[in-house]
Amino acid sequence: MGRYVARRLLQMIPVFLGTTLLIFLMVYTLPGDPVAGLFGDKTPDPATLAKIRHDHGLDKPVLVQYWDYMTRMLLHFDFGNQIRNGRPVTDVLAAAFPVTLQLTVLAFAIELVFGLGLGIVAGLRAGRLADNAILIFTLLIISVPVFVLGFIVKSVFAFQLGWIEPNVSNDQEWGELIAPAIVLGGLSLAYVARLSRTTMAENLRADYMRTAVAKGLPKRRIIGVHLMRNSLIPVVTFLGTDIGALMGGAVVTESVFNVKGIGGTIYESIVRREGATLVGLVTILVLVYLLTSLLIDLLYAVLDPRIRYA
Amino acid sequence: MTTIDKTATVPVSRGGDHEGPLLEVRDLHVEFHTRDGVAKAVNGVNYSVSAGETLAVLGESGSGKSVTAQAIMGILDMPPGRIPRGEIFFRGQDMLKMSNEERRKIRGRRIAMIFQDALSSLNPVLTVGYQLGEMFRVHQGLSKKAARAKAVELMDKVKIPAASARVDDYPHQFSGGMRQRIMIAMALALEPDLIIADEPTTALDVTVQAQVMDLLAELQREYNMGLILITHDLGVVADVADKIAVMYAGRIVEQAPVHELYKRPAHPYTRGLLDSIPRLDQKGQELYAIKGLPPNLLNVPTGCAFNPRCPKAEDICRTEIPALVPVTERDGGELPGRRSACHFWKETIHG
Amino acid sequence: MPDATKTAAAIEDAIAPPSAAEPVKPAKDEARSLWGDAWRDLRRNPYFLVSSVMIFFLLLISLFPGLFTSASPTVGDLQHHFLGKPELGNVGSEGWLGYDGQGRSVYSRLIHGTRASIIVGVCVTLIVTVIGGLLGMIAGYFGGLTDAIVSRITDIFFGVPFLLGGMVVLNAFTDRSVWVVVFALAFLGWTQLTRVMRGAVITIKQADYVHAAKALGAGTTRILFRHILPNAMAPVIVVATIALGGYISAEATLSYLGLGLSAPTISWGVDISGGVTQIRTAQHILLYPSIMLSLTVLAFIMLGEAVRNALDPKLR
Repeated sequence: MGRYVARRLLQMIPVFLGTTLLIFLMVYTLPGDPVAGLFGDKTPDPATLAKIRHDHGLDKPVLVQYWDYMTRMLLHFDFGNQIRNGRPVTDVLAAAFPVTLQLTVLAFAIELVFGLGLGIVAGLRAGRLADNAILIFTLLIISVPVFVLGFIVKSVFAFQLGWIEPNVSNDQEWGELIAPAIVLGGLSLAYVARLSRTTMAENLRADYMRTAVAKGLPKRRIIGVHLMRNSLIPVVTFLGTDIGALMGGAVVTESVFNVKGIGGTIYESIVRREGATLVGLVTILVLVYLLTSLLIDLLYAVLDPRIRYA
Repeated sequence: MTTIDKTATVPVSRGGDHEGPLLEVRDLHVEFHTRDGVAKAVNGVNYSVSAGETLAVLGESGSGKSVTAQAIMGILDMPPGRIPRGEIFFRGQDMLKMSNEERRKIRGRRIAMIFQDALSSLNPVLTVGYQLGEMFRVHQGLSKKAARAKAVELMDKVKIPAASARVDDYPHQFSGGMRQRIMIAMALALEPDLIIADEPTTALDVTVQAQVMDLLAELQREYNMGLILITHDLGVVADVADKIAVMYAGRIVEQAPVHELYKRPAHPYTRGLLDSIPRLDQKGQELYAIKGLPPNLLNVPTGCAFNPRCPKAEDICRTEIPALVPVTERDGGELPGRRSACHFWKETIHG
Repeated sequence: MPDATKTAAAIEDAIAPPSAAEPVKPAKDEARSLWGDAWRDLRRNPYFLVSSVMIFFLLLISLFPGLFTSASPTVGDLQHHFLGKPELGNVGSEGWLGYDGQGRSVYSRLIHGTRASIIVGVCVTLIVTVIGGLLGMIAGYFGGLTDAIVSRITDIFFGVPFLLGGMVVLNAFTDRSVWVVVFALAFLGWTQLTRVMRGAVITIKQADYVHAAKALGAGTTRILFRHILPNAMAPVIVVATIALGGYISAEATLSYLGLGLSAPTISWGVDISGGVTQIRTAQHILLYPSIMLSLTVLAFIMLGEAVRNALDPKLR
């Protein structure tokens, strides 16, 4: 096990470096100049431009910039400063992350509880009315783009019923985040429901389920012990890889509900070409993604004894 | 996630007040409703097993032998399966009229089943110790620890080496023969009155087959259990069974005590099966094979279902279904336990 | 359809031929193929029928918008400005879905906006299927170092969050036409199909008929294109169809964020983005493009799922 973890960690290094380099290249080599953008319509003095560029290291070759950036980040946890106002990127991230994290956790909980719940109901009633209803419901959720779903929730619950405020305040209250979390987690919820439904319906027909019945076990035990253990394995895999996706998907949800999280920061840093901020954000997302997939791999071995890591 | 169900452990009197066979199947019909029509898998089967007796049910795939067993066990999928007619008496009580809960308490405790493919029939993510112990926890309310000890005992009983070391292993870590022993141990756990073994050795190597069959026979004698042995392999049957029922297209076509059947089959189908066993003294000759294919159960031939493949078929075989009638000696002397469903049984047995 | 497979197994046990006693000849009516069976299944599947009709109309609309509306989607009549609420009863009229802030017919813009979504969806899907299919096939078939390199590159591109990457690419362009959006989505989208194809090829590579073809001396190209590709296509087609809906949704999402298609191009995303500001006063501007968008995505996802169910009876 220890050797497997070590090998996986080693394998993650090129992917981590590759992904960060890719995003770095995308940000810094595609056309567009963050420094010129600072001056708006005014024509800036070339000397000032050059000085700002030099201060931020933008005059060096891009690979050198990448090297500098990564060494500073990894060795000193220094993500650089924003070009616009000189604010350290770590401050920007520290301000934006907590509320997104809160939103993600809430969305994940909703996805887990309701997705699994619906999936179990549908799986046990495969082919019957409840199953078909859940199938159609999840199909609709999957088809409606997140921002459309956001507007539906907003106009029904905020404008028509008045249950919630259309925009989230800055207080980071859990209650306020429920509606955005439903919107954010909706798509994944539908996927979880469908996945668990499929694996349950499939495992219901497994030979060992027939054995469990032949052993005279009560229904609760047959489903709770024999069916669940086997059916949850693929669902856990999906849930694990989904954490990173939820954080990335928060961009849209946050913009619909005006949540001041990383979504807004990402959007602004893309439009203003704040490379340092953007790369820092994506780096964190990539790390979350890589670590959760490693964790899932290990969890898999615990859940399924047939998997053995050499 | 562990739900432990404490079932009352009232000892059910063995033998009890019931006289006669342990299990009696009467006029059992099973059909499956599929998209392509109704498949009649079992069409009026009768058989019985007494304590200590071994009944071998013989037939090709599709003869209805496994479906009958599943109906007895109560593990048919309904729907699409349906039992339109018939009775299954266990110790004189019709199980088809019992409630689900009553049947559940019989399953595993009074009637147990051994499946063909032990690898897929054991739960891959639970240890064998857990799966064996589960029987005691559910039916006898034992603690987890006591159940584990019982599981080790059982594994010893079926001669699994180093049982106490292997009790926490998973099914995939055992060899095929050992896994089948675990299936047997699971069936034996509560010392049931009747065991149904559905092709218990088909998936195993020939050398292991004999070991597993011997073990099963030995344990059956020890506990004086009834045994229904379902197989398509005539070789397996000869040493173990007391009597044989040969099935074809959902019906019993011949019944006989085991050695009589080998000596003098009373049905052309049985004869064909016996002739198609390779024999050393016939080396060099072409091996006999029953011509044609097993019948399509959605569309069983009229008359005797075997008629399209039968070398002796006449017009009556294509129109009238032969009844399962007692078979007698040439002089009318009784042959106990022998029956045949062939219009020409006399010619077949005495010809 | 409860326990269909187990039933099928039981029936099979009851109907299927193999027996020790005789040689098995395949019956005539069993000469079925995977695709033939799938087609028989699909024709009876309501999801398939509904989605096919929907997609047929969407294609018709995007090819010949003039058949459905005569009003111009770009010229507004300011007398309708904001006052033009929908008159749903009056289906024949150009204003039956109302007018937008510049007095343009919402219905006409809906019809003319279809083309952008369909082009984006279809083109991105074609590009990523070709790229992903080839890479996946190469990685899966040759394995070893080739596989390691392709897989790591795939991992790297997969690691960049899809939407964020698309935003970064699109932000570099000031005039964002349909083709720019197609490029941006395909740039990061090919990884999914590479993985699907690689997985399928690895499974099929181990099949007996591939070994048999090799034993008979078939060349690499022949094995890849005659034996592996036809069998690996099933999961790829399914995933690609479902992904097509996803790309249409992604285009609209990017447009909504202001980084997708830009103004002269008519698209549902652009209209939705424009309608957001009037969400309280004139909801119809936002509502109808959203419905059209969702229905289109739904149609492709339904089609993909119907095909998957038909190809893989285990999932039913």
